[in-house]
Amino acid sequence: MTEKFSIREYLRDLSLPFCKGCGDLTIMSCFLRAVNELGYKDLGRFVFCSGIGCAAWIPSPYFKADSIHVPHGRSIPVATGVKLIRPDLNVIVFGGDGDLAGIGLSHLIHAARRNLDITVIMANNMVYGMTGGQVAPTTPIKAKTTTTPYGNVERPFDTARLVAAAGASYAARWTTFHIEQLKESMKKAITNQGFAFIEAVSQCPTAFGRRIGLKTAPDMLRWFKENSVTLQEAEKMAEKDLEGKIVVGEFVHRKFPTLTENIYEIIKEAKKGAKKN
Amino acid sequence: MTKTRFWQGNQACAEAAIAAGCKFFAGYPITPASEIAERLALRLPQEGGIVMQMEDELASIGAVIGASWAGAKAMTATSGPGFSLMQENIGYAFMTETPCVIVDVQRAGPSTGQATKCGQGDVMQARWGTHGDYTSIVLSPNSVQEMFNLTVKAFNLAEKYRTPVVLLADEVVAHMREPITVPSPDEIEIVNRKKPKPTDKTFFGSKEIPTMPSVGQGFNIAVTGSTHNEYGIRYTADPTVHRQLVERLVGKIRKNAGEIIELERYNIKNCEAGIVSYGCTSRTVYETVELAKKKKINLGFLRLKTIWPFPDDVVQTMAKNAKILFVPEMNLGQIFYEVERAVHGKVPVVPINKIGGGEMITPEELLKKVVKDVKNVD
Repeated sequence: MTEKFSIREYLRDLSLPFCKGCGDLTIMSCFLRAVNELGYKDLGRFVFCSGIGCAAWIPSPYFKADSIHVPHGRSIPVATGVKLIRPDLNVIVFGGDGDLAGIGLSHLIHAARRNLDITVIMANNMVYGMTGGQVAPTTPIKAKTTTTPYGNVERPFDTARLVAAAGASYAARWTTFHIEQLKESMKKAITNQGFAFIEAVSQCPTAFGRRIGLKTAPDMLRWFKENSVTLQEAEKMAEKDLEGKIVVGEFVHRKFPTLTENIYEIIKEAKKGAKKN
Repeated sequence: MTKTRFWQGNQACAEAAIAAGCKFFAGYPITPASEIAERLALRLPQEGGIVMQMEDELASIGAVIGASWAGAKAMTATSGPGFSLMQENIGYAFMTETPCVIVDVQRAGPSTGQATKCGQGDVMQARWGTHGDYTSIVLSPNSVQEMFNLTVKAFNLAEKYRTPVVLLADEVVAHMREPITVPSPDEIEIVNRKKPKPTDKTFFGSKEIPTMPSVGQGFNIAVTGSTHNEYGIRYTADPTVHRQLVERLVGKIRKNAGEIIELERYNIKNCEAGIVSYGCTSRTVYETVELAKKKKINLGFLRLKTIWPFPDDVVQTMAKNAKILFVPEMNLGQIFYEVERAVHGKVPVVPINKIGGGEMITPEELLKKVVKDVKNVD
């Protein structure tokens, strides 16, 4: 670890767009620290893809790197095209819960199923923050948002578990309270061969917290701290006691052949076949 | 050496993509376009390329855009319903100046319509399908030979102008089999995107068609569908930045329309009546022209190999001598309105429309209408 390290080394000279107390800055910082600790002096070996929403602005255009900022939900398809043509590059997707578990959910679970060798980091603020705080597929039941003034009537997705079930090679969930675990998890995800998914539960005091009685970032972080249980603890708890809890930890970490490995193997075979003909 | 082959239109399209240098295809199964994906799934890996069947058309064109920024020539193929789903990313490709080719093999719509039957109802969707201010390059083949030639041309135009190009085929042209002459690789003109010098920094402006880097080359490219300055940095509040960007994107196609547009002209300057047609319907017109001669009607024929940009001036030239123009289409009137707009009331324009069951307009049907209306206009 370098003592004088500043995340500014990896950023363009632009002022950052996040609101006061936004968890996206924590996620950005954890990621750049992870990159630094892995020994990357710059982001030249990385390509970032992101869709629409606040979290999509973590890399684009702030990272001093190649970044592709695409329509809402479509970051993973674009990352698929990039990774298949340039398997030598680290392809990283940043997005929010609306972008990745709402409009782009199908792409997320298909990429997990294919074991596409990319890393997806989902900032889960449980709400559509950029548009002012509408209900999301990750909003806790009964929570008040601008489009659920009487409380949310739907259950939220357990996205990390869903992605694990779809076949991801690595899937983990932490919160912006767990900065050390989040950073270490990101290091594993970046170096992992195969589809890696990290759900970073994150605070949005501006568009969510203040509507559920948690007005400031510290209020929300305290909520994360007090309500998080590790996977190991959760296994011993009754389902009723798990209501409203955030289960954190690594859901899967396993190795399968990756999509890029399989495809380039086929190209090798097809070329041989073509020569015979 | 050229080769003669007896190919299906979709097969010719797939082989032409390979000949043009396509290294990435992503698509989703749909009639009547699936043979393109099937052929490429077999052939592209032999040429070192990749074929992905994605989860839907939204993802298919997304992957194509990613592959293009990674440096590959890339294509997708679909039909009307899938083409509708692709519109958001077609706008993105236009806004980010991403070269790519979208093949739309038209069938009868709207909606699922008649999935296996021919139609020409996507002409306006190909022009105006995505939201916002933009303009399109759209090519329309009318034979298996042109499925080959215009697929190559679509790649070349996409690379040259850094823009998405649509090959607007139809079920008849895509599924028919005809003998075609396949040119040898050295006879095919290939255009590649202009790559930047190591010192270049502006990939989204300062020139009408900027150079295009690929990811992983150290350029720190910022690509965004939001309004951006010449460095690619998001700039969404300044009216001038938006105006300059979008006017340049539209302008680079409008200003070069003369070079982009390819037409087949027959007797357009001295005809007493004219026909404007495209795609499979235009195959009917050749015979109608011959049949009309026997009836002492001197017909002119303008065939749009490029539908968009639209050749206003050539249509106007035809309207100088022709006293009436006919526009046969397998829809309820789309190019008809463009012709009417171009001639601006100078001569009557008659739509001849037929939809349903994939039944084409026959030469006799067309002739009957022409004979009747040419007489009436006197």
